[in-house]
Amino acid sequence: MPRFSLLCALLLACLTILAPQARADVSAPLARLALDEFAETAKAVDEIAASGDAQAQAILEALGSARLFVDPATKAVYRRAANGDAFAAATGARVPAPPAGLQTVRVNNRLRGAIQNAVGALTLMSPDPARRRAAAESVFRSRDASVLAPLEAALKAEKDPGVAQLFAQARAAVLVAAPDSSNEVRIDAIGVLRARADINAIAALRSLPAKADASAKSLADDAVAAIEQRLRLLSHAQNVWYGLSLGSVLLLAAIGLAITFGVMGVINMAHGEMVMLGAYATFMVQEAFRAYAPAWFDFSLPVALPLAFLFTGLVGVAIERGIIRFLYGRPLETLLATWGVSLILQQAVRTVFGPTNREVGAPSYMAGAFDFFGLSVTWGRMWIIVFTLVVFVSLLLALKHTSLGLHMRAVTQNRRMAAAMGIRTPWVDAMTFGLGSGLAGVAGVALSQIDNVSPNLGQSYIIDSFMVVVFGGVGNLWGALVSAFALGVANKFLEPLAGAVLAKILILVLLILFIQKRPRGLFALKGRAVEA
Amino acid sequence: MSIKIGRRGVLAGMAGAAMMMSGAAAYAQETIKVGILHSLSGTMAISETTLKDVMLMLIDEQNKKGGVLGKKLEAVVVDPASNWPLFAEKARELITQQKVAAVFGCWTSVSRKSVLPVFKELNNILFYPVQYEGEESERNVFYTGAAPNQQAIPAVDYLMSKDGGEVKRWVLAGTDYVYPRTTNKVLEAYLKGKGVAAEDIMINYTPFGHSDWQTIVSDVKKFGSAGKKTAVVSTINGDANVPFYKELGNQGVKATDIPVVAFSVGEEELAGIDTGSLVGHLAAWNYFQSVKNPANAEFIAKWQAFTKNPKRVTNDPMEAHVVGFNMWIKAIEKAGTTDPDKVIDALPGIEAANLTGGVSKMLPNHHITKPVMIGEIRADGQFDVVWQTKDLVPGDAWSDFLDGSKDLEADWVGKKCGNFNTKTGKCG
Repeated sequence: MPRFSLLCALLLACLTILAPQARADVSAPLARLALDEFAETAKAVDEIAASGDAQAQAILEALGSARLFVDPATKAVYRRAANGDAFAAATGARVPAPPAGLQTVRVNNRLRGAIQNAVGALTLMSPDPARRRAAAESVFRSRDASVLAPLEAALKAEKDPGVAQLFAQARAAVLVAAPDSSNEVRIDAIGVLRARADINAIAALRSLPAKADASAKSLADDAVAAIEQRLRLLSHAQNVWYGLSLGSVLLLAAIGLAITFGVMGVINMAHGEMVMLGAYATFMVQEAFRAYAPAWFDFSLPVALPLAFLFTGLVGVAIERGIIRFLYGRPLETLLATWGVSLILQQAVRTVFGPTNREVGAPSYMAGAFDFFGLSVTWGRMWIIVFTLVVFVSLLLALKHTSLGLHMRAVTQNRRMAAAMGIRTPWVDAMTFGLGSGLAGVAGVALSQIDNVSPNLGQSYIIDSFMVVVFGGVGNLWGALVSAFALGVANKFLEPLAGAVLAKILILVLLILFIQKRPRGLFALKGRAVEA
Repeated sequence: MSIKIGRRGVLAGMAGAAMMMSGAAAYAQETIKVGILHSLSGTMAISETTLKDVMLMLIDEQNKKGGVLGKKLEAVVVDPASNWPLFAEKARELITQQKVAAVFGCWTSVSRKSVLPVFKELNNILFYPVQYEGEESERNVFYTGAAPNQQAIPAVDYLMSKDGGEVKRWVLAGTDYVYPRTTNKVLEAYLKGKGVAAEDIMINYTPFGHSDWQTIVSDVKKFGSAGKKTAVVSTINGDANVPFYKELGNQGVKATDIPVVAFSVGEEELAGIDTGSLVGHLAAWNYFQSVKNPANAEFIAKWQAFTKNPKRVTNDPMEAHVVGFNMWIKAIEKAGTTDPDKVIDALPGIEAANLTGGVSKMLPNHHITKPVMIGEIRADGQFDVVWQTKDLVPGDAWSDFLDGSKDLEADWVGKKCGNFNTKTGKCG
């Protein structure tokens, strides 16, 4: 009899040990989650990840993106899909009317990291290749040895060569970091990481345990040195790219000024405020989209462009007709008057929209980055470069091939002769100033994507814009193009060496020295037009 | 122009309008004037306008309760226009012409430094509500914002803890002026004291309003790839933050990889950014709007009703003004007068409830006790408090981690000195 009871007890013990594995159940960890304490949540994440429950992935993803809720009254846990539908977390059954007063289960960075790793391990076999890529990346970063077995299974089953390569790299990262890998395995893995040759590979190589074999260590050091050498070369390309990107922003901000100051000779201190008004026009358009057509939000920028151009153009015409036309030929008074206009515009915007920043969203095609032969290129910056060049070329064409362009050039080259030929010079002046202001407004649409939309937006660009126009040569659009890109690239090569503050000062000093040598800038206009 | 209204007949709704009439000389005998010295135009208007509004609301409420010492309060608002010398001029105008009993104002350290001589010379009181670099304690100034030991040091401690990610490598990024430079000096000394090697600290300064962060963000990424957990401690101020965070989001720097903890980014600053890609980045403050507490809920409701904007956010410097204002009222009641000398003597030891559930106390060094909280950015632009001190932390004017200020101590009660040297036993 005692023997039988012992057997029974043993059997029972076996059953209780086996039970959690046999019948995966997330109710215990869900009860932990309901406590909403970080330490308990951390345990729950591990338990859910290990449960193998069909709901595990959905629960963890909801937790990571703050869509997991607990009912404070009943301690029941719910999750919401991205579209707002509620589900019971334990069963995955849809709950049409979840109770009111649900509270989000909070997570912190450490938990978010753990969730990311757990989800990564769970989604290695996902049917969606993009998710498998993300899973591979997350394993690559976590280097969690416990994922090795599912990772190898996933690698065997993988059909997509790109994803397979990522899996192999993730496996290599795990093997390099694992304390009990054999030396041969490590050496192979180091080779895989060396071939990956990016910044994350360096981090993985440096995670080699201190007790690793000397041969593996020296190989890893070699690999790090080789990758660093490659990255150094790449960083020059990166600097050029950053320089072009900064240059395009400078050019965009300065292109309107190249018309009003460069072509007309008006020192327009309110130019920056035109940029600011363009950015606020974008904000207004986006508000309208958010209110009436949220699904079409990606089209808000193309819609904002013509509106910003027209609006700031009209403001420009009003300023020209109201103030500047009385001050032609008196640069000092123009400077002071337009500065006053800039203060008035700033304060007007501050009164209407408030002094705080306004949120201008990025359409989906402007967000994020992509990898270009090891260079990380952000979409927003790339579209701004493209956009700047489009604006520049259209402006050149407009000046060359439209009658307004012809009149404009005629008036700036010889005002009295043009008037004698029957051109209404005051009208041309107003249109030219309107064109310059409109271009500034268009710049504001683009700059709203990378900078603050606040009443101070314009101030930060006015000095840079004058710098570009003066350096490039007053009255020459090509000069503005070359000078903007030259200043941008020079700035970006100086910045890593001297720091952002000193780089800016150095650029200014160099510019002053250059102007001493060539007072008319890079591309000086020659001939009688200059004297007029 | 002055509006004649009976002493008891001031309508609540009119109070705000009447306050703007700074020339109400007929009132000089009947009201206590409060100076509000915050920029309403220029670069700093973005942050300071809110503080002006919160002061108007507090004064309005105090008047509804019957004012203080049987007199109504009257706000005198001036605009120093983000122009540092103008701060000093406007302060002088408030004290000599308007005869205010105290001034609530300033944001940047440089503006505070600019008005200091005026407050000393004319012997008046300034309540300064913003977190600052410390290394200062003046008889005429009461610092209701955080000193470095109430913000920077606990934030770094949190990041070094297990929950914060056990950070081993540090980027100290700041705007190039006195607050970030001093704070980073304190932090660098503190980190080195904790055994962080010099090559694991990267210090970077950028000009005011810096908008092109591509190089710096990619440098941070590079610095963070050394195989050690890296974090950025940001003392970047004002307008430069929006493009900085946008670039972080675009280059995919996630909080789980390289968290950024900011000392100057609060609910107001985040209002201009899409925070979807910034979830998990941190801020260290002594107050967050998301703190669940009846006092806070009441304050938020009042503030949104006062500004007639149900989405209007609250932030840390606003809370500092609430605490400072209540302390000032209590000190006047205790002293029985608004005479600056008597109020200055009455203030240390005064306690006032803060909005996070504690009771802050004015210390003899003219700083106050505050809780320290670390918040993580949420997708809706608010913060989740992920860590906070159990007790209130007393503000320390002179850092214990810098040579030269280690031995200094401020005590305006016993020693009557703002920089008493404990080694030499002398003041100064």
